Amino acid sequence: MIVGEQKPFDEIWEMVKEHTKVTVFGCNTCVAVCHQGGSKEAETMASLLRMRAIQEEVDIEFVNSGIERQCEHEFFEGVRDLLEKSEVVLSLACGIGVQFMATKYPSTPIYPALNTTFLGDVMKKGVFTEKCQACGDCVLGKTGGVCPVSRCCKRLFNGPCGGSSNGKCEISKDIDCAWQLVVDRLEALGKLDDYEKVSPIKDWSKDRAGGPRSFKLEEF
Amino acid sequence: MELQTDSKLERVLKSGHMAVTSECGPPRSNDPEAIITKADLIKDHVDSINITDNQTSVTRVCSLAACIHVKQMGLDPVLQMVVRDRNRIALQSDLLGAATFGINNVLCLSGDHQSFGDSPSAQNVFDIDSMQLLQTVRLMRDEGKFLSGDEIKKPPRMFVGAAANPFADPFAIRIPRLAKKINCGAEFIQTQCIYNIPKFERWMEGVRERGLHKKVFIIAGITPMRSLGMAKYMRRAVPGMDVPEELIARLEGVEKHKQSEEGIAFAIETIQRLKEIEGVAGFHIMAIEWEQKVPEIVEQSGLYPRPVID
Repeated sequence: MIVGEQKPFDEIWEMVKEHTKVTVFGCNTCVAVCHQGGSKEAETMASLLRMRAIQEEVDIEFVNSGIERQCEHEFFEGVRDLLEKSEVVLSLACGIGVQFMATKYPSTPIYPALNTTFLGDVMKKGVFTEKCQACGDCVLGKTGGVCPVSRCCKRLFNGPCGGSSNGKCEISKDIDCAWQLVVDRLEALGKLDDYEKVSPIKDWSKDRAGGPRSFKLEEF
Repeated sequence: MELQTDSKLERVLKSGHMAVTSECGPPRSNDPEAIITKADLIKDHVDSINITDNQTSVTRVCSLAACIHVKQMGLDPVLQMVVRDRNRIALQSDLLGAATFGINNVLCLSGDHQSFGDSPSAQNVFDIDSMQLLQTVRLMRDEGKFLSGDEIKKPPRMFVGAAANPFADPFAIRIPRLAKKINCGAEFIQTQCIYNIPKFERWMEGVRERGLHKKVFIIAGITPMRSLGMAKYMRRAVPGMDVPEELIARLEGVEKHKQSEEGIAFAIETIQRLKEIEGVAGFHIMAIEWEQKVPEIVEQSGLYPRPVID
């Protein structure tokens, strides 16, 4: 799923403070799982903004709402009226939702309340960790199911750098060395010899480097 | 053994001598004298001089320009190249550029993470990794081709090296990792600084078991400790460094003003011990900002005079 984190409150306030009517709009899929961008968080955000407006003695109306997903047309049916009449929307979706709405409502400012941080999992309650960079050419089949692109700080394809120590990365004791994890998995799978197979130079044209990506289902 | 390049390092190693290399870090300003002065201090006591590439991710004079200065002194520089800052276009371009100045050695490295340096908010590149850089240099040299497959009319001729850290984890691949680098084209290896001699000896046993010492020249890394503080810092803060308790205790056991002397003595003893290990082909003496001590270490280790080979 896509993980996001709310921006600093002052940064959000700076974006909306010149407006008179702000729709604070949640997205109830990915960013709701990490308790940053769902309708519940939109409600809290609207309350905080109302309090700030009172403190600053400015007259801004904050309305809060939300939908299942801000990145697909069909979910917008029930809120068409609200959004068409909004002067400005503060979206608590990821960057995808923000852009989807900006395209859908070309003359309405859509501000991001979140920083979209990564594609990750819920390792345990309240702990989210990055697992994928959508590089467009998955190598997990060769690396024991551990992604060197997203989990090695140097995205090395042929083994660890010299900084791997006691299972941790040279840059922080809080980061596991991805290649320690790869090697552990290969050992567990009885495939440690596979480590010596050289991974070829990657085709980054399938990644962000090749420009914005899209794909189309012919049957639609 | 057949020579592939005009590298002095290659000639020394292939004629069966113990090689001695050292390294110089380029300055952080428009000051060619800084590099020339450092090289001058060590030039008569080493075969080749590594020039570091923005080491610890701190911005400096580029390795290539500093290598050119060293080359123009009539010496044999080793161009260190990290894959952190340049993509395959820039790396191949710099290799060609270096070759046009007669730079005959390259050391292929990953590079320290940018979070350690002066620009922690910089993007890192890592388009290819250090193993793939080894392959790239060999492809350019041996097949006269760019990675694109395009032909290089006059290929660069570089003697190709890689780093190895006998003390790094994961343990299970310590030897396979070296084998992989050799398989990718490494002809010489410069190791991480060695303080834990028994552990290095065990690593070399593993190297010999697979016959890897016959496929690559292993140059053992030596860095003299200047002080107890340095030893403690390296033990605590430098990733992949193995500084045993006995060395700390030994430095603690002498007066503060004698610690540097003790550090030099330990470096010399280390070299003398490692010389006896089958498969050790030379020494890489990294006296960080202490280049003036290199001649003394080389002389007292019995590695002086350096061989003259035509």
